Amino acid sequence: MGRRKIIAGAMGAGLGTVAAGGAALASVPTPDPLITEVQDWNRYLGDGVDARPYGRPSSFEKNVVRRDVSWLTADSKSSVNFTPLHELDGIITPNGLCFERHHGGIAEIDPADHRVMINGLVDTPLVFTLQDVLRFPRENRLYFLECAANTGMEWRGAQLNGCQYTHGMVHNVMYTGVPLKYLLAEAGVKSRGKWLLPEGADPSHMTRSIPIEKGLDDCLVAFKMNGEALRPEQGYPLRLVVPGWEGNMWVKWLRRIEVGDQPWHQREETSKYTDLLEDGRARRFTWTMDVKSVVTNPSPQAPIRHGRGHMVATGLAWSGHGRVKRVDVSLDGGRNWQHARLDGPSLSKSVHRFYYEFNWDGKPMLIQSRAIDEQGHVQPTKQQLRAARGVNSIYHNNSIQTWLVGNDGGVENVEVS
Amino acid sequence: PAHGVLHLGRPALPEEVVAWDIDIRPDGKGLPEGSGSVEYGTEVYEAGCAACHGIFGEGLGRWPVLAGGHDTLTDERPEKTIGSYWPYLSTVFDYIRRAMPFGNARSLSDDDIYAVTAYLLYLNDQVDEDFVLTSENFNSIRLPNEANFIADNRQSEEAVASAGEPCMSNCFPEPAVVTERARILDVTPDKDSDE
Repeated sequence: MGRRKIIAGAMGAGLGTVAAGGAALASVPTPDPLITEVQDWNRYLGDGVDARPYGRPSSFEKNVVRRDVSWLTADSKSSVNFTPLHELDGIITPNGLCFERHHGGIAEIDPADHRVMINGLVDTPLVFTLQDVLRFPRENRLYFLECAANTGMEWRGAQLNGCQYTHGMVHNVMYTGVPLKYLLAEAGVKSRGKWLLPEGADPSHMTRSIPIEKGLDDCLVAFKMNGEALRPEQGYPLRLVVPGWEGNMWVKWLRRIEVGDQPWHQREETSKYTDLLEDGRARRFTWTMDVKSVVTNPSPQAPIRHGRGHMVATGLAWSGHGRVKRVDVSLDGGRNWQHARLDGPSLSKSVHRFYYEFNWDGKPMLIQSRAIDEQGHVQPTKQQLRAARGVNSIYHNNSIQTWLVGNDGGVENVEVS
Repeated sequence: PAHGVLHLGRPALPEEVVAWDIDIRPDGKGLPEGSGSVEYGTEVYEAGCAACHGIFGEGLGRWPVLAGGHDTLTDERPEKTIGSYWPYLSTVFDYIRRAMPFGNARSLSDDDIYAVTAYLLYLNDQVDEDFVLTSENFNSIRLPNEANFIADNRQSEEAVASAGEPCMSNCFPEPAVVTERARILDVTPDKDSDE
């Protein structure tokens, strides 16, 4: 252990040397002991292949975790936590970091005990086992899942410091599943069948009304995410995938789909997931998640530590209307904009990764991003949304986020005018 | 099997459909036979609901408020309750039956639910204390806010529908000014845990 402490001290000294060199001081360069000395991990054997049957991230990544905000809800069993967007890159969210939103806790279900029923306006009400579901043709699709309430705490002003908290109710994974239309075809939907009611097996018995056109279009009954079984907190063994639409409708622990001729006006589409406007009326069935983006680095949890000079700003953009066509970045609070660079797969209703590389002069910045989707929707400012809706809609806040970068590289959640 | 295209799954039995299909629509479709009084609903509510929702539906701590809040929907801080906000009574019965009490779902009888629904109507000043809610009179009850829900018309908003090229340079005359800072509120958890 003594040796480890010495190395840790040398490590700190090495970092200091690099920083001083970066500042172009006229100091004499000293050799980096991390290079000139043999390190423990160069000499001693590490774990064998039998040590980690299901691997976990490096212990140096222990800060890369979901976090919750305890004052948001009355009970952790009907609550939400947040994806650490500021620690991630690319477009795939690791399964263990996908934000959670439950209304009755995590149902733990033996897949052998799981059943799926289709009933209502069908020729033959059916029951499927999981083994039955696995015999249908499958599809693999990448989609974002965004909670309708993502960024909801920010309607009135800048409240939470960190994109994990302001924008972390979103994740993006590859689903493997059966198109819902195949399951419905087995039961035979009657011509009067216009609406679907998916239901979960958890204690909230989550239900939402979905027009049958959507169910026959691109909805999946998914059993894998990113190649492996759904995590219990994401609906193991089955969940509904409703691309581009608010996360509440992606019913987890899916156990039943009813076909009807009218919507059911369930609690989650009357009391909740309705959007109160300034005049006291409320929108219902606001299904689609509009075009949105956020700069994930720099951000309040990811300050700039390298000083001035060349840097990479990055973030995520997505739209429930299709592909993201373009992302613009502003460094001066929206007065001037430049095109960011989209990188990686550009898929419909999936998140997109953007980068903006530039030379930071060390002065304060007001960083924003503005996404435009393939249908021409332009991400609005918060002022625009407030002018149209007031501040009590709770859901569907897709407005432009501003980060204030100080001259020390620290970052704050702010609003500008 | 005769059904379907791939002939997977098996026909659901009537008892199985009855066990799981408990949803109720605003037109009353799905309502079970039964009845319950405000008086009996008081007992059910005080035994199974009041510990979280308060004796008068006022909500203890952060638990949901069930009653009151009338005419507050245009206020700075609206109070959205069954009486002030919910459009349909069917949702009250349906949701209690599927998900309440929190932590002990599906434990109330249909008559218990009629009674506690009647009591919630009473707490919201919609019925008198001698009211009895039944499967027959259920559809005659209308909640005050039913007419105030509208379809999704976000595409009618300029901010959402906006197509076309947005401004790229000198979009407003003066430099942007910071008007709000989250740091002032200081409600973010774990603010020291990063790095």
